[in-house]
Amino acid sequence: MARTRTPGRGGRTGSPLTPYLFLAPYLALFVAFVAFPAVYGLWISLHDWDYMMSSQRFLGLQNYTDLLDPASVVFRDFWNGMGNTLLFTVVSVPFLLVLPLLLALLLQQKFPGRTFFRAMFFAPYVLGVAVIGLMWRYLLDGNFGLVNAYLGTDISWTTSQPWAWVSLVGVTVWWTLGFNAVIFLAGLGDIPTEHYEAAALDGAGWWASFVHVTLPGLRPVMIFVVVITVLASANMFGQSYLITQGGPSQSTQTAIMVITDLGLSRYQMGAAAAQSYLLALFLAVVSIANFWLMRDKDAAEQAKALRAQRRRGGGADGHTPGSSDPQVPATPASLGTVR
Amino acid sequence: MTQPTRSPFSRRSFLSLAAAGGMTASLAACGGSSPRDSADQAVATGDGGAGGYDGPQVDLAFWNGFTGGDGPTMKALVDTFNSEHANIAVTMTTMQWADYYSRLPSAVTSGNGPDIGIMHVDSVATNAARNVIQPLDDVAAALELAESDFAAVPWQAGIYDGQRFAIPLDVHPLGFYYNKDVMEQAGLDPEAPPTDHDSYMAALEDLKAAGIEGHWASPFPFTGGLTLQALIYQFGGSLFNEDGTQVTWGEAPAVEALTWWVDLAKNGYSPANVDQDADYVALKNGTTAFNWNGIWQINDLKQTDISWGVAPLPDIGGSGGVWAGSHQFVLPRQRNADADKAQASRVFVSWISEQSQAWAEAGQVPARNSARETPEFEALTEQATLAEQLDDLRFIPTVPGITDCMAEFDRALNEAVLSGAEPEAILADTASRAQAILDENASRYSG
Repeated sequence: MARTRTPGRGGRTGSPLTPYLFLAPYLALFVAFVAFPAVYGLWISLHDWDYMMSSQRFLGLQNYTDLLDPASVVFRDFWNGMGNTLLFTVVSVPFLLVLPLLLALLLQQKFPGRTFFRAMFFAPYVLGVAVIGLMWRYLLDGNFGLVNAYLGTDISWTTSQPWAWVSLVGVTVWWTLGFNAVIFLAGLGDIPTEHYEAAALDGAGWWASFVHVTLPGLRPVMIFVVVITVLASANMFGQSYLITQGGPSQSTQTAIMVITDLGLSRYQMGAAAAQSYLLALFLAVVSIANFWLMRDKDAAEQAKALRAQRRRGGGADGHTPGSSDPQVPATPASLGTVR
Repeated sequence: MTQPTRSPFSRRSFLSLAAAGGMTASLAACGGSSPRDSADQAVATGDGGAGGYDGPQVDLAFWNGFTGGDGPTMKALVDTFNSEHANIAVTMTTMQWADYYSRLPSAVTSGNGPDIGIMHVDSVATNAARNVIQPLDDVAAALELAESDFAAVPWQAGIYDGQRFAIPLDVHPLGFYYNKDVMEQAGLDPEAPPTDHDSYMAALEDLKAAGIEGHWASPFPFTGGLTLQALIYQFGGSLFNEDGTQVTWGEAPAVEALTWWVDLAKNGYSPANVDQDADYVALKNGTTAFNWNGIWQINDLKQTDISWGVAPLPDIGGSGGVWAGSHQFVLPRQRNADADKAQASRVFVSWISEQSQAWAEAGQVPARNSARETPEFEALTEQATLAEQLDDLRFIPTVPGITDCMAEFDRALNEAVLSGAEPEAILADTASRAQAILDENASRYSG
């Protein structure tokens, strides 16, 4: 229909309120549980806030300036937590991208038992963090654990570095590998086989078709997986909490652990809220950087040229030739953002 | 297992509380009838429950964290109470202590709090200051409770700002557990466990000669933190001064205590890195001989087939001193005052606090002196043995927010044992940070 090319009021029928009516149920939940708390949290972060106390002392930006003041009580724990979070993210994300991708490539092959293996690799993700955390705490026990027994080693997996990080990254990869692999599998299935045939006709080998067909074809999926994985790793909580308890010497205490402790067991909700906003700011910047780094540069160039052309009054039919369709698979935002 | 208060939060409780906290905070901010207004608390008939309850049928909610062997005992007590009181039905809900402490304030704020609760002694002041629980002077008066009936500290700990907020139920001290089979392997007399520094070191040396690391030095609050606290008292020190305004674990006795603890590994009496709970597992599976652990392990050890014993803590430092905690009854504040429920709750607390013997069988020392002096209690050999330490029991001062400092204490222990930090330096560092937290809390809770 021609109408699809001319968006705007003219194309709509029925009451103008209809779309908002359809949006209303979600909007109500969003406002009640996301938008309002987010704004209200900002207000909390300006106070010495304890909801059980009869009055909340207004501090202005004190909670934020404390985070930048090395002499304050919160400074050390917070930045230690931020540093640990950064370390975990930088170390875990490459594994959480490369291994699931390789796994997806393997599981895409046609071989007997393929469905079984797909299910097996996804299985750990079904378990809650409490289950895998407790299980691995026992398995990794440095004194009586099965891991040491099987390997014949005497390593303190949870009470010495760098083994504590090796354990946490290893457990996280084992646990969430399947989720990323399934997303990659879906993305691989969307790449038209004609592209591979064309590449083969041009004499491309396995590696060439991987680099020039598979990776570009996965771009939209990749953006999604990178952003989600970075956020999930930056929000790591349960594994540290259960397996290493933040130790040894608070070296695996993540930012979320610091914030939780301050806000919910020391009841300093204002200071904890300020820390949350600073963490959120960092994550927002990182996510935007991810999108920007992974944008389709060719398509962006073409779109830019096209806009320039339009401004000059050139003929434009709204179609951008040659650009890949930047469809991101519809995935519920709630999946996997907090581990 | 009855574990004291400090363990932090599960992710689940974090999420639910974050949601609940956000909502309830806004409700409390605009609602005039929030439970913090002490005047609107129903004060029952004023007899503190002594006169019983003859009103209409009421349902009471009783929350606690007795998830271990003590849970079924408390449940049995509740059932007995229910069968003896036709018009009162108490429903007991048990959850992890950490969940309990995080859930209770938001439940109280939203008007869904229980009628009766249990708290550890070091949490009472914080919760009184935060308006989570209500004064109980009338109950203490009705039960004719007096300081002389109780171990002094758990009794005084219930008082905040001139009012009583908690009725002591029990005390749970640390004890010295030993594996008799392992002692025999090293040629030690299992019926004569060491009692002081010299005999303890001699025993460890004999065990070492037999190829056994005799006392595993845990870097975790359980049991390392509890043991280190006891050691500090034994070396003549303390964690805080008496009124809870100064952190004192940076001083010489604490340095001696931590050094002794760290040296266990250096001298070959302990592995270098002990995992969470591995020290206790090692005692149970015959890998080590000694473990200082809470009285709550008695029932757990009774279920094993090892040959074990328990004795008062050996006095390593010479000044005596034993870590202890205490469970206390509290009545959370109610959003909607209900005189019937208030009266029935007091009847329940009064009744249960007189059933100390049944509770002692769950592996606790009754807080009431009279309950400890009965033949029935004496028959509980292990509990009675640990009750001998009563005069040496030490508790941290009960000022609001004092438990916030303990994360720093745990860090000192962890860094000294696992990362080789110098005891003196790490104790000084953590003590100065804890002092800052203490000062901050003093101004928060006084305002």
